[in-house]
Amino acid sequence: MGSLKFAAIALLLASPVLAQTYGVGRPTTPEELRRLDISIGPTGDELPVGRGTATEGVKLFQSKGCIACHGKAGAGGGPAPALQSKKGPEVPTWEKEHILPLSAPFATTVWDYIHRAMPVGNEGTLTADEAYSLTAYLLFVNKIIPEDQVLDKQSLPKVKMPIGDDYARLPEWKPGTPRLAGYPY
Amino acid sequence: MDSKRTNRRDLLKGGAALAGGAAALGSLPAFGQQEHDHVMAVGGAPNDYPMIMGSKEEIEYGQRSKFVTSVRMAHPMGGRNSPDDFGKVFHVATPLQDHVGVVTPTSLHYVATTRGSYMPDIDPAKHTLTIHGLVDRSLTFTMDDLKRLPSVSRLQFIECAGNRHNGRQKTVQESHGMTSCAEWTGVLLSTLLKEAGLKGNATWFVAEGAEEVKGASSMPIAKAMADCMVAYGMNGEPVRPQNGFPLRLCVPGFEGIFNTKYLRRIKIVDHYYMNYNDYGHLDKEPAEAALAFQIGPKSVITKPSGGQRLSGKGYYEITGLAWSGGGAIRSVEVSTDGGKKWNPAEIKATPQRMAHTRFGYMWNWDGNETEIISRCTDEIGQRQPTRQEVAKYWNVPFDRNYRMPGLDNSVMPWKIARDGSITNGLA
Repeated sequence: MGSLKFAAIALLLASPVLAQTYGVGRPTTPEELRRLDISIGPTGDELPVGRGTATEGVKLFQSKGCIACHGKAGAGGGPAPALQSKKGPEVPTWEKEHILPLSAPFATTVWDYIHRAMPVGNEGTLTADEAYSLTAYLLFVNKIIPEDQVLDKQSLPKVKMPIGDDYARLPEWKPGTPRLAGYPY
Repeated sequence: MDSKRTNRRDLLKGGAALAGGAAALGSLPAFGQQEHDHVMAVGGAPNDYPMIMGSKEEIEYGQRSKFVTSVRMAHPMGGRNSPDDFGKVFHVATPLQDHVGVVTPTSLHYVATTRGSYMPDIDPAKHTLTIHGLVDRSLTFTMDDLKRLPSVSRLQFIECAGNRHNGRQKTVQESHGMTSCAEWTGVLLSTLLKEAGLKGNATWFVAEGAEEVKGASSMPIAKAMADCMVAYGMNGEPVRPQNGFPLRLCVPGFEGIFNTKYLRRIKIVDHYYMNYNDYGHLDKEPAEAALAFQIGPKSVITKPSGGQRLSGKGYYEITGLAWSGGGAIRSVEVSTDGGKKWNPAEIKATPQRMAHTRFGYMWNWDGNETEIISRCTDEIGQRQPTRQEVAKYWNVPFDRNYRMPGLDNSVMPWKIARDGSITNGLA
C-alpha cells in the first residue's frame, strides 16, 4: 500500500502537466527592467522622480508640435483627437466627449500614454519632467487642476478625476462561461 | 531519366509553336508513351492554355494565379484610409466572400492597429520577451529560447471589436471583414509563467507590444493560465510583420486588441492597470462592461452575399462562417425565409474552440424574393441573437439604427431579389 502510494506520487511528479519547468530563459537585469518597464499603474508606484506644471506644459505643447495635430490648447481641428472638452462644467462626465485627460479614471493613465506614445514620430523621447508638465497642462485645460499645481510622483496619483468612482469594474472572467448571465443568446 | 525531363521541358517551352504542327511533333521522341500505354493521337490534343514559365522566383516562393484577384480593403467604418498619407495602417478588412474552408490566407488576414501605426521592422535575433512583476524571477526569452519549449499549434480566430455590421455596407467584406482565422504556433503563456514562478497575489497581467505606441492591455491572469499562447508561427511560417512578427500574444476568443502584436513584455500585477487600450473599454454600466473581453457567438453567410448574384432558379450551397469566444461551435442554422423557419446546416469539419467553423446548407431557390440568414450556437449553449432580442434585453426601443453594446454579434440578413441580385438585409 505504502509503495503504491509512493508510485502514484512519483507518477504525478513525472507528469508534464504538473508544473514542470525547463530552466529556459535568463534573468532580466535591473538595467533592462528600468528601460523596459514603462507601465504606470493607478497607484503610481512606478512613476519616476520629476515634476511639472501647466505653465511649463503650455510651452511644451507648442515646442513639441502637439498643436499641429491636437489644435491650440488641444481644442481640436487637426488630424488627432481634441484634448479639451467643448462642454461646460454642468454637463456630467459621461455626457461629455471621450477625451483621455478628461474622462480617464486615473491621471496616471494620461501620464503613461503621453510618455509611451507621444509625440507622433518621436514616441518615447519625453523626459519625466516633460511628461509631468504636459499631463498638468491637459488636466488644467480641462479644469481638473489649477494652473500652478505641481505634479510629481506623489501628487499625480492623488489627482481627483471628474469621473470619480462612476465607472464599471470588469467582472471576474472564468473560462467556459457566458460573458453575461441572462443575455439573449 | 534526365533526357526524358529535358525533352518534356523543351516540348512545353515550344508548346505554342508546336500546336497543330503534326510533322514537327512526329520527329520528336514519343511524349507520353513512356508513362502511358495508350498511343497519343498525333495533333489531336493541342494545349488548351498558355504555359507559365518556371522562374527562380516562382520556384522559391509560389504565387497565386493571375486570374485570382481577391484583395483586402481599408475598412470603411474605420473612417481612415490605409495606408494613410504618412504610410500608416489603421483598419484593413479581409475578403470573406472569396475564402473557402476556415483558414484565412496569411496575405489576406485582417489588420488593425491601435491608432494607425507603422510596422516595426524587427530583427528576430535581437527581439526578446521579458516576463516580470509578481513573479519569483524576472525572465527574458530570446526567440531561440521560446522555440526550445513545448510548442502548441491550433486554429484561432481573431476579430476586431469594431467589426460591426450596418445597413450602409454593401458586401460581407465591409460588414464582417475584420475577423480572420489562422493556425497559430507557439508556447503556452502558462508554460512561461511557470518558468518565472507566479506569485500568489497575481490577478492581472499587462501585455505590451514593441510598435511605436507600445500598445498595452490588461487581462485577467485566469486567461493567461487557461489558453493564452505566445505565437511565433502562423499558417506554417513565421508570423508576418502585419500580424506581429516576430511574436504575438494569442488570446483565444477575446477582442482583437488583446492579441498583442510585436509582444515584448508581460508584467504580472495585482490590479487592473487602466492602460490607454483599457481606457478604450471604459463603461458606465457593469452589465455592458461584462461584454468586454469575450466575444459572443457569431456567424455570417459569406456566399451568396451582398454584391453577388444568383444566376437563376435551382440549387445553391449557402455557406458561411461561425465562431464564438465561448468555445467551439456546436450547431449552425440557416433560414431562407427571413427567419421564420430555421434549418440545420452541415458543419464542414470538427469545430475547434475559438476558431472559424465552416457551414453549408443546400438550398433550392424558387426564384422569389426572400432573405437568407444564419445563426449559431456554441458549446456552452450561447445562441447568436437578433438585434431585436438584444434591444429588448436592454429595454430600449428597437429601430434599424440600433447600435448594440459590446462587439456586435447579431445575425446578418442578406436580401435576394427576383433577378438574383443580393443586397444588405439591414438596409
